[in-house]
Parts: sequence; structure tokens; C-alpha cells
Amino acid sequence: MAVVQSPPPVAAPRIAGSLRLAARQFPRHRAAMVGLICLALICLAAALAPWVAPYDPIQIKLSAKLKPPSFEHWMGTDHFGRDVFSRLLYGGRTSLSVGLLVVGFAFVMGVPLGLASGYFGKRIDNLLMRLVDAFLTFPPLLLAVALVGLLGPDIQNVMLALGLVQAPVLARMVRGSTLAVREDVYVTAARALGAGPARIVLSHLLRNVMSPIVVQLTIVFAAAVVAEASLSFLGFGTQPPQPSWGRDMSEARRFLGDAPWMFLAPTGAIMLCVLSINFMGDGLRDALDPRAWRTRRTIGQAER
Amino acid sequence: MPLLSVRNLKTRFATDRGTVRAVNGVSFDLEEGEILGLVGESGSGKSVTALSIMRLVPEPPGKVTADAMTLDGTDLLGLSEAQAREVRGSRMAMIFQDPMRSLNPVLTIGRQITEVLHRHQKLAGAAARRRAVELLDTVGIPMAEKRLGAYPHQFSGGMRQRVMIAIALSCNPRLLIADEATTALDVTIQAQIIDLVKRLTRERGTSVIWISHDLGVVAGLCDRVNVMYAGTVVESGPIRELFHRPSHGYTLGLMGSTPRVDGTSTRRLTPIEGMPPNLIDPIPLCPFLPRCRVSVAACQARPPAPRQFGAGHWASCLADLAP
Repeated sequence: MAVVQSPPPVAAPRIAGSLRLAARQFPRHRAAMVGLICLALICLAAALAPWVAPYDPIQIKLSAKLKPPSFEHWMGTDHFGRDVFSRLLYGGRTSLSVGLLVVGFAFVMGVPLGLASGYFGKRIDNLLMRLVDAFLTFPPLLLAVALVGLLGPDIQNVMLALGLVQAPVLARMVRGSTLAVREDVYVTAARALGAGPARIVLSHLLRNVMSPIVVQLTIVFAAAVVAEASLSFLGFGTQPPQPSWGRDMSEARRFLGDAPWMFLAPTGAIMLCVLSINFMGDGLRDALDPRAWRTRRTIGQAER
Repeated sequence: MPLLSVRNLKTRFATDRGTVRAVNGVSFDLEEGEILGLVGESGSGKSVTALSIMRLVPEPPGKVTADAMTLDGTDLLGLSEAQAREVRGSRMAMIFQDPMRSLNPVLTIGRQITEVLHRHQKLAGAAARRRAVELLDTVGIPMAEKRLGAYPHQFSGGMRQRVMIAIALSCNPRLLIADEATTALDVTIQAQIIDLVKRLTRERGTSVIWISHDLGVVAGLCDRVNVMYAGTVVESGPIRELFHRPSHGYTLGLMGSTPRVDGTSTRRLTPIEGMPPNLIDPIPLCPFLPRCRVSVAACQARPPAPRQFGAGHWASCLADLAP
């Protein structure tokens, strides 16, 4: 069974990094690619709002109020005669940055906390998790309201507050997954080969708890966009007349019967974003798990 | 001087119900290039002995003490955790029972080998990859070069165990501990892995501690056997000696309950009745006494002391079993 004929390889074969292989896997997930393209387009449109928006989003023109969609106003106008499409583009800047920054904040705060808690256990775990519990005892929105009230109504503070609300949720989840992975034989095997805590946490634990993290983050994004809406509705966060999807959505509520387009536009935008991100999350989760890869080539050829 | 010397090793675990004496005064020497078998049923302390030597017993709740435990002159118990990490993987290595789970599922085989090479030999990049290919070649993985980019789930159990052996031997350790390394594999693969370990360790003069509950495997591989029961070594001897003249009631029981394929006898297998003792309570007499079929009157009176039966062959048994 032993293979004897092995001339010393001339050039050492390259091992593609696991992450690079994962990156190559992602585009094969069709839904994820659709999600990525969709989200990219939405982000691009929001970023280019000042150049592509046909109207000023806060310009009031009462003579044109509550007009249904037409060639002039693609998505109609609202109760102040403002162009809904323009408001959608500008509102996207607020909503998307809230969503993405809250995701980023939750990741940067929650993941290290969860890993530390799960890996070190004992006293550190107790301390961190009681802290997390303290945060989790409050209804999330109420906590965010309290934090924004404390920090002052401002969009940056809204992001910070929402991030602080979401991070403990993520931390708790990461801790749970870490506890399970930590007991796997390959962690003991790695220790038996001299791996230290840093190596074990970064290359063994983190890589193996990535899938649930990614899924959770897509949920965090959706929750953040909606929570920003609620906060704006309550008077924190985005102040009128500045547009944001959540704000516009809650304002449109009053005109649901007369001008459904006012409601449908921001709702649709939020839905599209959340769906795109969910699809991307699916693809990312599969790309990070080699066992879920669809290989068209056979073993070992993947490193080309 | 022996490569590994263990004197009066005791490993305890604090639990809510009391202190579990998982290993209770184990002593042995392992010579350079020697293959030592550690046999006994589940819970007899084989694995904990191995983990104690590797300094992998979590403390707390565990507590490892010994009068002496030296590897090649290094006092293993005196090492700090950082020093122990240096020794693990480079001077002693361990392979585990379940090859399906002892490799990280999300990292490539190549990465998992080169990681260890980098850790202990500061090999990186092309040099590390070349060495990884060599290693996979030595353990008989065909097309090793292409396999570097493969993931564990693309390998069969036997191949994964070969990879584990390659990783364990990558830094030429002086001591290899194999904890039930072939138990999860089917018999033909088992034989291949045993041959592989035998060949590689003979070539390199590596000493091996082979943990198994399979007497057949131990008989075919080891030079010497320690039979463990309830956290102690109850009998120890050279492989032939021990198999021809089992001198402890437990060893006798183990042999009676093992099927033999080479024998002509049509004897029935006799299971060992009862359960191993609870390791929380102190055991004043012979721990095997309640299950022993050959006990004598003296067994009820005092704990057995080790008795010599031949060169390097002793057993802690009061009964005279020699034919």
C-alpha cells in the first residue's frame, strides 16, 4: 500500500488557503450571487443618490401631494408632495449604514466576548455571561431607547445603541457554539501537538463557529434596519424631514388606504435588502463549510 | 537510562460526589525504541495515564502528582504550560481513537500538517509543503501532493488516521502515544495502521505507548504490556511471558474473554462478571477481588504486593496461577 516512487517534487505544491478556496466556492451559490448583486446595486444607488435622484428628497410641494406613480414620479409622492423614489434613495444611505455598522459593531464586540467566554470558561465565562444576561433582561428596543436617550438623539448614537443591544445576543450564541466545538477531539489533538490558546481559538474554534455567526449577522442586519425605523418613529434617530426607510414606512402608515405606494416603496426596499443578505448568508455559510461544497472536480484538484 | 520514567503517578479529579482516583500510583519505565502496551477495560485509567504524561489533564478539576515523571531527562511535571507546549508535538506526540473527529473539518490536510511544522520546526512556505508531501508519502497516502488541498471529509477513516500519524511523527518525537488508535477502524485497515506504526517507529527509534483494550492487537505489536485495572498497573511483563503465564486474576479474566482465531481449542468465552469498582471510595484490598474467580483466602486479609514471576514480569496478585 505504501507508495515508494516519489521523486522529490521540483516545486512545492501550493496549498490554497482555506479562505481562498471558500471565496472560490461562494460564486457557485446562485442565490447568494443574486443576493450579492442585488445588495450591491442597492448600495450603489444609495451612495450615488445625489446624482441619480430625480428630485430633492425634502423639497415640499403641496400641489403634488399623494400623487400615484407616474412617469414624472416613478413611485408617486407623499403627503408633502415629496418624490418617494428620491426619498428612497436618500433614505437608503441612513438605513444601510445603520444596518451594516450595527452588524460590524455586533461582530467586533460579540464574537471576541463569546469566544473568550466559551474557551476560557469558569470565572471569565461567569463574569462575561452575567454581563450579557444583564443586557438581555431588558426588552431590546427599550434598552436602545434608554441608551439613545442617555447619549442624545443622533443617528450615530442610534447605531451605537443598536450595536450594544445586538452584541450580547451574538456573544451568547458564539459562546454556545464554542462550548460545543471546544470538546471536539481535534481541539485536544491540536493541543497534543503543542498548539497554544491563540492558535486554538483563531484557527480551530473561530473557523468552526463561523457558520452560525454568519446566519445570526444576517438577522442582526434586518433587525437593525427595522429598529432604526422604530427609534425614528419614536423621535430618536433620524429627525424629520430627513429620509430613512424606517421613518418613511411608519409615516406612510397613516396613508395606507389612500397612497399605498408610500408604504410599499420603503417596505419593499427593506425586504429586498434583508432577503439579499439572507441569501448571501446562506452562501457564505456553505462556502465556509467544506463539507457543503459542491465539487465539480475530484479530490485534491481543488488547489489549482 | 529509560526514555520515559514514571514513578507513582496519581491523577485525581474533583467531582461533586468526591475525589475520583482515576490513576492511582502507576510506575513504569519505557526504554528507547520500546513499544509498551497499556491494556484494561474502559475506566481503568489508560487514557488518563496518557493524558497525564502529555500534561493534557485539565487542572482543575484534575490534579496530577508523581514522585517522578521524566522524558529523556526532562521533568514533565515541572514544566510550565508554555514549556509543555514546546515539548508536546516535538518530543512527544499523541494520536487519538476517532480519526473521523481528530482532524479539523474546515482546514485542509496540508494546512494542518504545515501548522505543526511551522510551530515546532519553523518551517514555512514551500519548505513546509515539501516536507508535508514527504510525510504523507511515508504514511502511504497516494498522490500526496494533490492531497494537500483536500479536506478531512474527503478521506476515509484509515487515511485520516494515516494523516494523524504523519502529523504526530512530523517533528520526530521521541515518544508516541496512541490512544485506541485503531479501535474505530475495521480489521484490515487496523492491520495496515499497526504495520505502519511498527515500521515508522522502528526506523526512527521512537518509543511507543500503545493503549488498547484489544489483546490481539497488543500481542502483535508490543514488546511489553502493562495491564491496568482501577487506576493501577496490576501486572506487567514482556509480551510472551505475560501471554504464556498470566499471573493476575484480571489478566486471566481478560484472556478468557478474548476470542482467539489461531487457537484450536473450542473453549467457550468467559466474560468477567460484575463491574469495575467505584474510584471515589478507597479500595483497601485488591481492587479486582469482588470479580475475581481465582481469589484465595489471603486476598480477604491484605492488599496484594507486586510479586516477581520472571525477568521483568510481575503481578500484584496473591493467587498462584502459574501452571
